Amino acid sequence: MRENVQKNRRFRGTPRGFHWAVMPILFLVVWEMAAIAINNQFILPRLGSVAVVLATPFSPILGSGSLVDNAIDSLQRVVVGFAVGAALAVPLGVAMGRWSTVDRLVDPLIQVFRPIPPLAWVPLALAWFKIGLASMVFIIALGSFFPVLLNTLDGVRSVKRTWIEAAMTLGATERQVLTKVILPGALPTIWTGMRVGFGIAWMCVVAAEMMPGTNSGLGYLILYAYNFSQVQVIIAGMIVIGLIGLGIDTGLRRFEERKFRWRELER
Amino acid sequence: MKKLVVDRVSKTFETDTGEEVEALRGVTLEVEEGEFICILGPSGCGKTTLLRIIAGLDTPSEGAVLVDGEPVRGPTPRLGMIFQDYSLYPWRRVVDNIAFGLELAGVGKATRTERAREYLELVGLDEFADAYPYELSGGMRQRVAVARALATEPAVVLMDEPFGALDAQTRNAMQRELLEIWEKTMKTVLFVTHSVDEAVFLADRIVVLTTRPGRIREIVAVNEARPRDRTCTAGASLRRYVLGLIDEGRPDT
Repeated sequence: MRENVQKNRRFRGTPRGFHWAVMPILFLVVWEMAAIAINNQFILPRLGSVAVVLATPFSPILGSGSLVDNAIDSLQRVVVGFAVGAALAVPLGVAMGRWSTVDRLVDPLIQVFRPIPPLAWVPLALAWFKIGLASMVFIIALGSFFPVLLNTLDGVRSVKRTWIEAAMTLGATERQVLTKVILPGALPTIWTGMRVGFGIAWMCVVAAEMMPGTNSGLGYLILYAYNFSQVQVIIAGMIVIGLIGLGIDTGLRRFEERKFRWRELER
Repeated sequence: MKKLVVDRVSKTFETDTGEEVEALRGVTLEVEEGEFICILGPSGCGKTTLLRIIAGLDTPSEGAVLVDGEPVRGPTPRLGMIFQDYSLYPWRRVVDNIAFGLELAGVGKATRTERAREYLELVGLDEFADAYPYELSGGMRQRVAVARALATEPAVVLMDEPFGALDAQTRNAMQRELLEIWEKTMKTVLFVTHSVDEAVFLADRIVVLTTRPGRIREIVAVNEARPRDRTCTAGASLRRYVLGLIDEGRPDT
């Protein structure tokens, strides 16, 4: 009986299984045809030359480290920057969501700073922190701060009033209300904010690595490759950036689907 | 000593537009230990406000609430509250929902789980200990909420239209079960409802409120033995009498 169910599930998946591949394959075919037609590797290289770069992720490129080395550098920066941003945003969001006085005090400042793109902070970051890890972390932290903050705020506000009141009548202290009702109740929304924030952080790190004076990271690598007209390296680097971003988002979403199922099922 | 005393409680709200609304005026009520009281009234009569004040979730503008002679100054585990929307924590299993109050009080994991299972058995849901609330029907969820409120052994149980969201059959079954639980635990119960039928079936005494500002219209004693027959003539005439009280309490339209 159980085996049947599993078999059925597998069969049901099969016919649709290849749908996702149709557009990417079409895209690659069009690319290859265009590359042949243009016939200029400095504008659009053939698939094969990009594939060669991707197939040798550990070999150094133009004397500035391999794809893997640079990806690791970028990932380290994004993790540190995101951690700083989220570590500031979550407590502030909880405080703003829980105490309206904090909200009224801080909100005007948030409204003014939020529309400034993280990259507009680059010159100031350079002036304050000079070239190096600190300014990159600053930019990345800023980029992830706002989505995490706003989702945390939203999550805390969406916690049902009777969840809090039930806890209070069961004897919860203010601290217990925060840690045992508000945080777990808001966590699915906070997690969504972290996903969005991490996505933006990943975009920021690539851009931040294009700042003058940087000498490693995927953003640096593709800009450096441009200076040597190595378009196949630029594209290979972009593909790696995209795949890492997709991989991280998928991981975070899987976790969300597994752990926070109650949000959808709660009627 | 009376178990619960509501002493000349009045409540005036200020709306967003700065208007003052008088929700309750001079409500006085004395409840004996083990009594089952229904607070009945038309919608908007302030019955939920009264219950929230008793629970310590709202403060009265005037007057006071005493439990075992001690004034209520805020929410306390001495007063268990059951909400209409069940208010279970969807991220906690049923058994952990019931153990929540004990967890807050610092009771160890083994002890509180054991106690939670006892109350789960009391409400007849022992098989569902490891389920999540969203896997249960409305009636089952409300039984979990009852078990959760009882697990901290409150002096008084307050229920705010707990069966209001349930269909008629489930509602009748829940009323019978609640009476069984009440007889086993001997708790003092204050039960808010807008259903005359429900009040007549459940209560020792029915507190009938008027429309806003809510005042006590009359306290009606129900002297019929339990289990009560929903269709008997004594019940019918009592229902007619109570309905009359509610209608009189309405402003002329």
